[in-house]
Amino acid sequence: MVLSIESDHNRFRKIVKGKIRENLRKFIKHSDMLGKKGKDIVSIPLPQIELPRFKHNPQSSGGVGQGDGAEGTPIGSGDEGKEGRRKAGNQPGIHIMEVELTIDELADILGEELQLPRIQPRGKHKIESLKTRYRSISRTGPETLRHFKRTYKEALKRQIASGTYRFETPVIIPVKEDLRYKSGKPMRTLESNAVIFYIMDISGSMGDEQKDIVRIESFWIDAWLRKHYPGLETRYIVHDVAAREVDREAFFSLRESGGTMISSAYNLLADILEKTYPIDEWNIYAFHFSDGENWGDEDNKLCIEILSNRILNRINLFCYGQVASHYGEGDFIKVLEEHFSNSENISLSFIQDRDAIYDSIKTFLGKGR
Amino acid sequence: MALPENLNKIRIQIEEYARRCGLDFFEVIFELLPWDQINMIAAYGGFPTRYPHWRFGMEYEELSKSYSYGLHRIYEMVINNDPCYAYLLDSNKEVDQKLVMAHVYAHCDFFKNNIYFKHTNRKMMDETANHATRIKKYMDKYGIDTVEQFIDICLSIDNLIDIHSPYIKRAEGNISQEESPPKSKKFPVQKEYMSHFINPREDEKGKKKEEKKEINLLKKVFSPQRDILNFLIQNAPLREWQQDVLSIIREEAYYFAPQGQTKIMNEGWATFWHSKIMTQMALKDDELIDYADHHSGTVAIQPGGFNPYKIGLELFRDIEDRWNKGRFGRDYEECEDMTRKRNWDLKLNQGIAKVFEVRKLHNDITFIDEFMTEDFVKRNKLFTFAYNHENNQYEIKSREFSKVKKQLLFMLTNMGNPIISLIDDSFGNRNELLLKHHYEGVELHYEWAKETLKNICTIWKRPIHLWTVIRGKGTLISFDGKVFSEKIMEEP
Repeated sequence: MVLSIESDHNRFRKIVKGKIRENLRKFIKHSDMLGKKGKDIVSIPLPQIELPRFKHNPQSSGGVGQGDGAEGTPIGSGDEGKEGRRKAGNQPGIHIMEVELTIDELADILGEELQLPRIQPRGKHKIESLKTRYRSISRTGPETLRHFKRTYKEALKRQIASGTYRFETPVIIPVKEDLRYKSGKPMRTLESNAVIFYIMDISGSMGDEQKDIVRIESFWIDAWLRKHYPGLETRYIVHDVAAREVDREAFFSLRESGGTMISSAYNLLADILEKTYPIDEWNIYAFHFSDGENWGDEDNKLCIEILSNRILNRINLFCYGQVASHYGEGDFIKVLEEHFSNSENISLSFIQDRDAIYDSIKTFLGKGR
Repeated sequence: MALPENLNKIRIQIEEYARRCGLDFFEVIFELLPWDQINMIAAYGGFPTRYPHWRFGMEYEELSKSYSYGLHRIYEMVINNDPCYAYLLDSNKEVDQKLVMAHVYAHCDFFKNNIYFKHTNRKMMDETANHATRIKKYMDKYGIDTVEQFIDICLSIDNLIDIHSPYIKRAEGNISQEESPPKSKKFPVQKEYMSHFINPREDEKGKKKEEKKEINLLKKVFSPQRDILNFLIQNAPLREWQQDVLSIIREEAYYFAPQGQTKIMNEGWATFWHSKIMTQMALKDDELIDYADHHSGTVAIQPGGFNPYKIGLELFRDIEDRWNKGRFGRDYEECEDMTRKRNWDLKLNQGIAKVFEVRKLHNDITFIDEFMTEDFVKRNKLFTFAYNHENNQYEIKSREFSKVKKQLLFMLTNMGNPIISLIDDSFGNRNELLLKHHYEGVELHYEWAKETLKNICTIWKRPIHLWTVIRGKGTLISFDGKVFSEKIMEEP
């Protein structure tokens, strides 16, 4: 069923993305998709638009709260945007703006937001893995798995039975025998093999901003694919006029100043594929990011040849993302467009700036391959 | 979806309990909804149909996201209407549904009987649907962007209403009666045609009087008004559809105002009764822990936070206890024997009668003012907090009874909005509006105030002035349609 609020929601999304009603932009409280990142935790701020009104300055009005603490005890930061939590009359718990999530949950949300189709892995299920499912209760277990409500019930039962429950001060203290734990059984599941190749142009024209875009985009792609392939392998290739394989760290930090020969990277990719990844056992993905300034027509032709003859026939999906740079616009994306407009497993997107990352991910992963 | 058989049985039972408690409510129609629909209705402010606007979509996104991340869920929604509509979340456990139904019946009793709801439209469900139809019609005719942009402007000033006006009879009606011109006496004539020669000409005399009256009108002092929205609807150079949109926004603002004025009481009342009905009548043994879990979630206080459910509940319980034991009045107040005071119990048993009276006659301000005692503030560990510029933090400022109460009353006054009135509609004799902020020690949010002035100017189409206090100095902020200017000025 389509809810009538969908159209209001779509309109709000469009305003947030700046597609309509430009005059509202200045009222958007906004921050980056990757707000703050702890070890495995990312916060997703919710965009909010607040229409201006006559209102009190929260910093000069103060308020009333409830709880312990001496005079002078700090109770919250004075940052804009968090003031909502402190106001009287607000319902508790509704105005939480930031959420902390694990990467796995994040991938789910990403999938839902972008309406990405589930990936159908090809090839045989090769890897066996064990996953624990918690379906029963036991009397022993680690503290992290303690079942709070069951434990409480047991303690309450015992205290009432033994006459130690006091109506006036109903304090329940569980003892060792009351403790109950969630208990799990390992289950075997079969999964498929998958590998991602990230290829990046590190020639002089790729600046820090361009690399940041690549970093953010590959983070999200990684999160999504990892969801479908728990044993995902990741490999990184960088190139300027020559290509080489590097580790993750180097991939994002290296910077060269030379020219660009994309064919070198494609050659290397094809070599690795042929050597290590038999087509019937692996799901293979490659994401190539460049500013599109290639050495010349010669090399463009070579690229197309390698792609059609040695790569596209072995791979689930090949994605090319062209990042806009200060040095003008490359034409490599147009070359690919001309030759592969009919190919199913190649996906192209032009990434103008950070805001375009969202759409670019959708283009890449929207095929469900 | 209407209630399934098992829930309907529960509903009949709970309704019976609620009536036995003395609750008096409109007929309540319950509907069971999945989470996305209940979030939609919550985003619409409780109504199934509202006019199209992005802010409903924004609310919806926030509710849906926080629901799917497991941060918060809406168990129930209830709207002030006759019949009363209540929506239940279909994934609630049975014990939750019981609690929520009891809660809803108490809300509905409050809507029906509290005096501040007396003037609200009890057919608002139909009315919001009508509003939606009208606004959609304008959007079809003038374009979505145009109408939506105008709605944004209206919403930005929809707190400029006079929330007390529905309860006050203004003297205006009488004035116009007094001013009707006295009928001049005519000399009696025998023949009708002679009248013309004997009596002075009617119309000439009349004309002169009219002129005089007009001069009087010009001289008449403009009486300050708080319902600026109404003033603009009547006097601003608006097109017909704009006038209608503005009056829709105003009508809805007035409808929702009593809920803002009685938030603490209304939630406190519903919680007070669901707890009584559940623990004394409806609860089965094996539901106890789930009930306790849910109830404690409702009244939980985040550290340093303020939960209207909790404060309202505790105040009602305190009133019940005090009136049961006779802990009020001069004898009790002035009793200096602390032991005697602590054990004071006159066995009056007027508690329940008193809480019913309170729910009928009070709003949050008078409720807090009358019933929040020093003892209560201490027991519930209330404090005031303030912003400390040095470390960019809010800090606990005081636990003193009078300060806590004063701060709380300040926050509830005019539903937390600054009091602003229109004191001149022809400032400087130039058809410019002069607004005045009634400064009570807290300054306005400066940037927002300027943006709001711009919006009023868009409606009035002439310069707008606002007198307020900026950094301790009385200041006149003016906007002439293009630029802002400021000058120090004494309070007008």
